[in-house]
Amino acid sequence: MRGESRRVRKANMATPMQRPEGALLRQNEHEELREELEGIAREIRWDIVRMIGLAQSGHPGGSLSCTDILVCLYFHAMNHDPRRPHWPGRDRFVLSKGHAAPALYAVLARSGYFERDELWHLRQLGSILQGHPDRLKTPGVEISTGSLGQGLAAACGMALGLRMDGNPARVYALIGDGESQEGGIWEAAMLAGHHCLGNLTAILDQNGMQIDGSCCEVVGLGDVAAKWRAFGWEVEEVDGHDVVEVCRALDKVASAALPGMVVANTVKGKGVSFMENNVDFHGKAPTPEEMERALKEIEGS
Amino acid sequence: MTVSKETKSTRDGYAAALLELGEKNENVVVLDADLAKSTQTEKFKQRFPERFVDCGVAEQNLMATAAGLAATGKTVYASTFAIFATGRAYDQVRNTIAYSNLDVKICASHGGITVGEDGSSHQALEDIALMRAVPRMKVIVPADYYETREAVKAVAEIEGPVYVRIGRPKVPVLFGEDYRFELGKALILRPGRDVTVLACGFMLHKALEAAEELAAEGLEAEIIDLHTIKPLDREVILASAARTRRVITCEEHSVLGGMGGAVAELLGEEMPTPMRRIGMKDTFGTSGKAEELVEHFGLGSRHIAEVARTLCG
Ligand SMILES: Cc1ncc(C[n+]2csc(CCOP(=O)(O)OP(=O)(O)O)c2C)c(N)n1
Ligand SMILES: [Mg+2]
Repeated sequence: MRGESRRVRKANMATPMQRPEGALLRQNEHEELREELEGIAREIRWDIVRMIGLAQSGHPGGSLSCTDILVCLYFHAMNHDPRRPHWPGRDRFVLSKGHAAPALYAVLARSGYFERDELWHLRQLGSILQGHPDRLKTPGVEISTGSLGQGLAAACGMALGLRMDGNPARVYALIGDGESQEGGIWEAAMLAGHHCLGNLTAILDQNGMQIDGSCCEVVGLGDVAAKWRAFGWEVEEVDGHDVVEVCRALDKVASAALPGMVVANTVKGKGVSFMENNVDFHGKAPTPEEMERALKEIEGS
Repeated sequence: MTVSKETKSTRDGYAAALLELGEKNENVVVLDADLAKSTQTEKFKQRFPERFVDCGVAEQNLMATAAGLAATGKTVYASTFAIFATGRAYDQVRNTIAYSNLDVKICASHGGITVGEDGSSHQALEDIALMRAVPRMKVIVPADYYETREAVKAVAEIEGPVYVRIGRPKVPVLFGEDYRFELGKALILRPGRDVTVLACGFMLHKALEAAEELAAEGLEAEIIDLHTIKPLDREVILASAARTRRVITCEEHSVLGGMGGAVAELLGEEMPTPMRRIGMKDTFGTSGKAEELVEHFGLGSRHIAEVARTLCG
């Protein structure tokens, strides 16, 4: 259950500042990878539901929609070392849609940044796990987020800083589709395009929903892939719950000279039938009974 | 005045006011930024969909759009969380709404530490300070359901920009159906000769509870509902301070620049008086249950009573 992942082991052994070569996967590796990552994702979903259920507060919908993406990042794409969270050569991750903190916390705990037991204190007074990510309290959190629309710009800043230092590390940022209504997202998109930030990858968790309803009903984003291309980004569109596809897309955009955008089509609340595509579970915790039902469902999946 | 057992949130008062305004005044338009369920503008949206615009997660756009709508003669109520209304969109509020003196009533919910579990990124602790510093802006922090409902209705008739700070939690009902809101008119809810306690919003019922505790010890606190922070009721504050010679301010906000700051500025210039400001002590908030946080940051009634004892001792 808590075995170190392939990529984390690799990160531990890697010479600092050196990115793994040949990131593109060979065909025969796919099924092995799928099995490994889907297994981790199932455990992460279980942790998310339990954390939010115990806290009786939090955002299950957007945490479950981005679970597979975070698993692909932390257990495949990213070069990082949980035992050295400040290692200068590490790839950085910014959770721009900070309300999905439970997904990040579960992934960080499983990677080994802190004890898994901390998860059960989510949102409690004195916990290292705040309602939204706090870089001063949680090992592995690169920057504090929660106010939407700022994380991508922060990631641009990191990418610029790393490039100035000749540091080959990459920066990853996860944004939401509702969040993409913030002007700041597009200001950052323009900056990254202008500076050809090839060391930056953004992932859009396109679950089609925000709080007040579906994004189409509130303020539609139109052809979002075309928009990112128009801003000078290398864009790949994938099924955000197909881990192999997500990994392949992450690897592919990372090899481009332009900033990379992976548009991940996802389902809000993915993995728990009564939360899937249910806007009510954006920011509502399951009742204790609902939690038990959800945990059983994830165990049986 | 004693604190009732019945509780209701101030945001419910906001929703009720919007429905009444919507019926009476065709000119009222409501805007939100993907938080209609939380701010409670959802109820107006259901009843008057043609006069409601959801701007999405785009608070800067929300405020500038509100300004434009107001420029066409609408009375605009613009809502989101206090942290985003005054923080993210500060420049739109200052440079487009206030500078143009437009009829935008910024009714922001989730003010203060009682936001609770969402934590620091969602707890507005500087919003009163920010809004108070903007020329032409009026700043109101109502304490209960009725005061909120009546204040929100009343500001439709007040020209120019207004900031109304609304809360998340249920709070004791202090007033009744007969409550009439008067901008800039502080209310002495409980007279007392030993110390003046000025409180606004969530902290008003805490101050009233503290007064009960102090009365049992023979200390008479004068409790004043300072619902309007700008314009400040100079007369009532100065007269009370002249009687008691001791002043305490209580707010669910930073002690820097908010209601306590406003009162300190007034007293410092007009009538230097021993004073203590109760509020967040230049710090960020944290995640936790609302009442736990109130205790943790020293905002409870026993803290107010303790400060009063020390000041009077
Ligand atoms: C600046 C800002 N405005 C509003 C909010 C409140 N809020 C939290 S989540 C959310 C909706 C986000 O939708 P989306 O980005 O699609 O998230 P997801 O569907 O992935 O949960 C809103 C409006 C916020 N956190 N920050
Ligand atoms: Mg979404």
